[in-house]
Amino acid sequence: MIHLNSWDLVWAALLVLGLAATSRRMGLGLTRSILVSAARTLVQLGLIGLVLKSLFAVQNPFWVALVALGMLGAASHEVWARQKRPFVGLWGLGIGAGAMFISSFTVTFFALVVILQNDPWWEPQYAIPMVGMLLGNTMNGVSLGINHVTFAAFKEKGQIEARLLLGQTAAQAIGGVKREAVRVGLTPIINTMAAAGLVSLPGMMTGQILAGGDPLEAAKYQVLIIFMIAAGSGFGILASVHFTGQRLFDERDRLRPDRLKPARFG
Amino acid sequence: MDKPLLAVVGLQFLDYQPFSLELYPGEIVGLEGASGAGKSLFLRSLADLDPHRGQVFLEDRGMESFAPWAWRKKVAYLPAESSWWLDLVAEHFTDLDPATLEALGLTPGLAKSPVTALSTGERQRFAFARILQNQPQVFLLDEPTAALDPDNVKRFEGLLAELLAQSGAAVLMTSHDASQLDRLAKRRYKVAHKSLSLR
Repeated sequence: MIHLNSWDLVWAALLVLGLAATSRRMGLGLTRSILVSAARTLVQLGLIGLVLKSLFAVQNPFWVALVALGMLGAASHEVWARQKRPFVGLWGLGIGAGAMFISSFTVTFFALVVILQNDPWWEPQYAIPMVGMLLGNTMNGVSLGINHVTFAAFKEKGQIEARLLLGQTAAQAIGGVKREAVRVGLTPIINTMAAAGLVSLPGMMTGQILAGGDPLEAAKYQVLIIFMIAAGSGFGILASVHFTGQRLFDERDRLRPDRLKPARFG
Repeated sequence: MDKPLLAVVGLQFLDYQPFSLELYPGEIVGLEGASGAGKSLFLRSLADLDPHRGQVFLEDRGMESFAPWAWRKKVAYLPAESSWWLDLVAEHFTDLDPATLEALGLTPGLAKSPVTALSTGERQRFAFARILQNQPQVFLLDEPTAALDPDNVKRFEGLLAELLAQSGAAVLMTSHDASQLDRLAKRRYKVAHKSLSLR
């Protein structure tokens, strides 16, 4: 395995600086964003490297749980931030958080206990990267799914209420919207599975090979990860779309768009 | 005197005063008021489509004791603007009754067209035929003839009269055409200044 030293990173950083300089000359207005996000990459990954290193050193389940919950919090905030019309109050954050907790944590637990049969099962070297990988991917599907339901509830209010007025239940009136939302949320991961290895090597596999791992071993882990991501995203999307559909109606099957905040980002 | 079919007792929504009224079997009651006065909000609350306080009874049975969908089948609200969620008109029907369509000046052939190919007035009449499938006991009609030509207004009024005579249903309807309410409604209420009063 070729070890990276600081100078190797400097050379890579020069490429990004070159991109920033070009963007400045072309007046793209992106120079600042490029530099700030590149700096964030460096600082955030450096910090998480340090955190993981000490986490691996102490081997304490309490700290593993705390870091995993911190990651869940960050993912939930990201899901919330991507909603055009999030729910008012704690529901805005809660639906995404609940759905991702149920799906990502269950799938990770299953993989650690049943598939990897690690001892102890919560060993941070396996548990943390897996939870992170799952949350990162589930997050995308969940935010797409919730956004589709809330957006449609606003845009198709007339149609949904017409169905209620004809004697349909809330579940019947929103059923089509929910199915479409699950489809929207699941499409990226289905595309990923279909194209895996053909277009590019997935990030995790690339990293493992570069770090000196056996390509076949790397491929097996990648398959495991992709299947877990598909299951985690899928169940996460189903749960979040279901909770969103529930919350859009009250106990008398009335559509309640007043439970959503006004639209943001134009 | 008959017992009321629909009794509204102190119904309140938003910051409006309590509304009370009674509908008797077979009658048409008019609801007037300026645009934006709250007529549609009142009808929406009666159909249990908006949150509200107070009580509404259908033949002595409170709204809350019905399942929401069961209530909306019996107390049918027809919004001023009809909404359709499938491509073809006919797909929104389980029971396309040719006689009903004919009475409304429509045909089963027209029902096979895409919703977008119909005029506003045709859609409005199909929307009325659509709620008739549920055989409601109370009709809450919001500007039911606003988009209709005089011939079709006459047809619609004829069908309504026949329907009420047969089934003993009752109608609460809004109309911007004062002469229509003169013709049809025995009693008229007015919504103004956030309260309901008998005219």
